[in-house]
Amino acid sequence: MSAGTPPFSNPPKPQAQALNCPHCGAAITLRSLGHAETVVCESCHSILDAKDPNLQVLQKFEAITGVDRPLIPLGTRGKLRGVDYEVIGFQRRGIKVEGISYHWHEYVLFNPYKPIRYLTEYNGHWNDISVCKELPVVQLATANYLGEVYKHFQSSDATTDFVLGEFPWQVRVGEHAAVVEYVKPPRVLSAEKSANEVTWSIGEYMYGADIWKSFNLPGSPPQAVGVYENQPSPVSENVKGIWAAFLAFAILLLVLMAGFDLMSHKGTAFESSYRLNSGEPKGEASFVTNIFDLEGRTSNVEVTTSATVDNSWIYVNYALINQDSGQDWDFGREVSYYHGYDSDGSWTEGSQKNTVIIPSVPAGHYYLRIEPEVDPKHPPIAYSVEVKRDVPVLGFFGLAFLALLLPAVAITWRAINFERMRWAESDHPPIKIGNSEE
Amino acid sequence: MTQPVSNCPNCGAKIIFQWSSSVQTVCQYCKSILVRTDVDLKKVGQVADLPPDSSPIQLNTEGIYRNKAFVVIGRILYEYDQGGWNEWHIMMNDGTSAWLSDAQNEYAISFASNMTGLPTPTRVRVGQQYSWNNQRYTLTVITPAHYRGVEGELPFQYWDKTDVTFADLRSETGRFATLDFSDEQPALYLGEFVEFDDLKLKNLRSFEGW
Repeated sequence: MSAGTPPFSNPPKPQAQALNCPHCGAAITLRSLGHAETVVCESCHSILDAKDPNLQVLQKFEAITGVDRPLIPLGTRGKLRGVDYEVIGFQRRGIKVEGISYHWHEYVLFNPYKPIRYLTEYNGHWNDISVCKELPVVQLATANYLGEVYKHFQSSDATTDFVLGEFPWQVRVGEHAAVVEYVKPPRVLSAEKSANEVTWSIGEYMYGADIWKSFNLPGSPPQAVGVYENQPSPVSENVKGIWAAFLAFAILLLVLMAGFDLMSHKGTAFESSYRLNSGEPKGEASFVTNIFDLEGRTSNVEVTTSATVDNSWIYVNYALINQDSGQDWDFGREVSYYHGYDSDGSWTEGSQKNTVIIPSVPAGHYYLRIEPEVDPKHPPIAYSVEVKRDVPVLGFFGLAFLALLLPAVAITWRAINFERMRWAESDHPPIKIGNSEE
Repeated sequence: MTQPVSNCPNCGAKIIFQWSSSVQTVCQYCKSILVRTDVDLKKVGQVADLPPDSSPIQLNTEGIYRNKAFVVIGRILYEYDQGGWNEWHIMMNDGTSAWLSDAQNEYAISFASNMTGLPTPTRVRVGQQYSWNNQRYTLTVITPAHYRGVEGELPFQYWDKTDVTFADLRSETGRFATLDFSDEQPALYLGEFVEFDDLKLKNLRSFEGW
């Protein structure tokens, strides 16, 4: 008590203290300076009073489901969101749902200037967790936090069943806490309730690879299994985008269709009707038409064959011939129409009309050579041929439309499926398809 | 009151008050707890050795809160069954005093309020809501604590306490309130949670390896 005593505001040397477990004698390292309340002996699993110079044994536990090894070893330092942290504690907690136990791991992260942070790991899914400064507001099955709505995911009773390292609170194996979780991927909001305290914390999903990088860990992280409660959907963000793109392209297609429709002439270049008597020798049936003009740009030609077939057929061999250049296009078309009754009722097959489009026909003087064939036993058939120039081909647009629609539908389906897998693990498993993000 | 500069009645060391309204201080040499009277300083007790410190804050740490500079001039250390926390008495550069609490490196700054009609310790429950200054607070934790020690200057006499009960409240907006049931009349402190980096603290303790 002399005046020479140094003021006690001078910091005591803060160093990792070298101590020994009073139970088994193994070395105990204290990493969190004066913050540790309890420290667990790694070799005999005695929970020791870190505030006691003699490290009095507070609890001795048997590892119920085997000894667990932290994936990030105690004492490892890493940088998380720009702040250095050291892993000082590790605990396994579990819940029981319908008789099945689920376990996850929690890592206590320490920095002498910053609040304690936690990492949790379940089946390869990681979360970066810190205590909320702002209090969430619970309304029915949602919680409002900083202006965002979180959906209730699960209420459970969590039990601590394995601990290692040091904790800035009094940790005990067998301790229970009521945990209520709300999710808004990639975040999870959870409330831990005991009789005298409610603690809210906010977590953000992290990928194992990022943890490995942050803590400079060797090897690779365990593969994430299934879909975790706040795991961001790899597709849900694309869903809005792809439908927006789909809408944009659909509008573009419609504009193009309208444009082509306006630009095309759709004029009939040639039209004529004929009659075919079945008994006639085949050779004489071949004839040529009058010459007609195809005008304008190089474009398509539509040839329509109509016939009054009725439970019969007609086959027409055509040649479209350019009188000037001699270039020709040969093609054959069948018109057939059948109908009748059977045990399933009435049926029809085919049609009395057939259309074909010949692409890229230059302008010029043209004629058709026509060679029809019919069933020789059939009564005479009347048929007509119409040639149209420059018709809009809408089928192409239909295909383009489908090509755009398919990926949009596929991605939406994947997104819905992902959400189903997420919510299947919750207290609110989906009963119908469509429980996706609104 | 005693002059801002006087001598420790126990060891004779020079005692300087940084804040004119301080009622109590601790002699940094002999650790006598001294209370200011109109005439002199009276020794009322003796501080036992405090446990190894874990707070990065210490006496004379300086910082900035809402554009006002402050300096740490005193401290009360509490313990409860899950750990301990510090209430650092800070003096703002406009002469007002406030508290910077450090609970496991979670920081909050609060000011004494003169609110009346406060609940009694037997009436408070976790989950209750209170409204002060048009701000709604929800009670999140009741802490039966005990006084562990003091350091430096305090705005009141605080040296003979044993068990004290606190109720902490939080708001949706990061505001913070503490009901202090140490005295017969409950006291209310209103403030907010603050980020360590935002306080731009100087004269901090250094931690080897960090």
